[in-house]
Amino acid sequence: MQPKNEHGSGRTRSWNIGAWNGTRCRHPRKAKSPVAPSPSPALSVHGLSRHFGDRVAFQDVSFEIGHGEVFGFLGPNGAGKTTMVRTLGTLLSPTSGSATVAGIPLTSENGVEIRRRISIMPESPGLYLRLSVTENLECFADLYEAPHPHDRIGRALRAVNLADRADDACGTLSKGLRQRVALARALLSDPQVLFLDEPTSGLDPAAARDVHELIDELRRRGVTIFLTTHRLDEAERLCDRVAILNTTLRTIGRLDELREQLFARTLTVRTLVALPEPEGVFGDLPAVDGWRQDGPGNYVLAVSDPAVAAPAATRALVAAGADVLSINQSQHSLEDVYLQLVDQDEEAGQE
Amino acid sequence: MSVSRRRVRAVFRKEVREYRRNGFIVLTMAIIPLIFLIQPLIIVFGLPAAAANELAHGHLLLYMLGIPALVPAAVAAYAVVGERQQGTLEPVLTTPVRREEFLLGKVLAALVPSVAIAYAVYAFFLACVELFAQPAVASALIRGPDLLAQLLFTPLLAAWSIWVGIAISARASDFRVAQQLGTLASLPTAVLAALVAFNVIHPTLGLALGLGAALLLLDGAGWRIASATFDPERLITGSR
Repeated sequence: MQPKNEHGSGRTRSWNIGAWNGTRCRHPRKAKSPVAPSPSPALSVHGLSRHFGDRVAFQDVSFEIGHGEVFGFLGPNGAGKTTMVRTLGTLLSPTSGSATVAGIPLTSENGVEIRRRISIMPESPGLYLRLSVTENLECFADLYEAPHPHDRIGRALRAVNLADRADDACGTLSKGLRQRVALARALLSDPQVLFLDEPTSGLDPAAARDVHELIDELRRRGVTIFLTTHRLDEAERLCDRVAILNTTLRTIGRLDELREQLFARTLTVRTLVALPEPEGVFGDLPAVDGWRQDGPGNYVLAVSDPAVAAPAATRALVAAGADVLSINQSQHSLEDVYLQLVDQDEEAGQE
Repeated sequence: MSVSRRRVRAVFRKEVREYRRNGFIVLTMAIIPLIFLIQPLIIVFGLPAAAANELAHGHLLLYMLGIPALVPAAVAAYAVVGERQQGTLEPVLTTPVRREEFLLGKVLAALVPSVAIAYAVYAFFLACVELFAQPAVASALIRGPDLLAQLLFTPLLAAWSIWVGIAISARASDFRVAQQLGTLASLPTAVLAALVAFNVIHPTLGLALGLGAALLLLDGAGWRIASATFDPERLITGSR
């Protein structure tokens, strides 16, 4: 018999993601395809604010999330991300504004109906440590009044590859395994909208990768996922769109849109030796708005359309007899976008 | 508003499972009944038959009503603050469970074992008295009206103690503090039972009916108090 490992199984490290088979009819969609706004969004937020006395958790936030979209909600500590999740999950009432969650208007009267259709995995797993994994899930399956609870529990456990730890007390599990139990718990109700608050917080890279695979699988099954995370690589890998919150919504969109909004598009040209007359080479090129030298043999071209500028620059360099080492289009990561916005906020705060 | 029996049962079952595996709760449930059992047994076993006359004027059995007054308060103190300390309150409240269902499950989970323990202790005490005490002492001690009062007042007292315990638990930030305050808040009812048992307050049918009605009203008020103090927003955000 193989020993049990951190991932709950001695046989495999990857999750049995095919085990999760929700009963709702959904439209499988290719991973990370652009999401067209649906006529009735899964989540719709208009001018939502939440204050705690004088302290503002978030202010005047508006966005919409389409069905089956993986939406990343980013922001520094204290930006209001968790409060937003709690508000949309009907745990906290908004101070002002309106929202529709899973097609239901966000009001205190609709709290139960909304909570039937959603599932929230808080940052802390919040398990009953003296109870076994199955006992924890039994309790929640009953709270959701899930039909065929034992089947659902079995499926959820297989989905997170914890079937062989079903009888273990949660207190004996590692943090990573507890996180998995919490994820299995969130799957029990077959939610339309799944809120994941820092789902990979404290997980090792392999366990985090497994969570990512499960999110991918849920996306394919059409579950709308609202993902708050500090991990920008995670958001970049998983999310169709991201929003950056810092009390107010700083930006929202697909990553390529955000890059375009924030950064001038550039080409970086490297030559073996410095050009004798760079202005003569780059000065009149189509789609090139300007250029600057960034060290000997390095040139940065501000371009309006890289597809036009790059071939033109190549031809001009060859005509000038330059030995070209490389021509690259600049790539800005989500981290660049995030840091740019957060730095702007800090600078505005200092002023 | 409809109450889902399945959700109430889910909270109840989870709670009972947790109690069974929580050494501190088990200890609390065991020690208080033992205190209320051992001392009277020692006294009764040592009594000669001549003491029966004196016993007939008292209502020693009612002294044991201290068990339903004190045990459930200590147990119920864990109900909300225990969940907060474990970090389990937020996940539960993200489910469709209503506040009333949650509280009802908690109350039943404290009430059922507390009443069962109280009745078991009474039964054990009566059996011991019947078997080992002087026959005259036994017949002076075991009287129909006292037994009836004990049976009827046990759930009423326990329910009140539980509501008080839950109300305190919903406001407290530490389990032990909640347990101490809950026990303290239940002391007046335990003292009242002791005063009746030792004939300081002479029990009459009118008094019994009056106390019963008062407890019923208090239990109703306790439901409202506990519901009012259970504010999910405050409990989750930790605000005062």
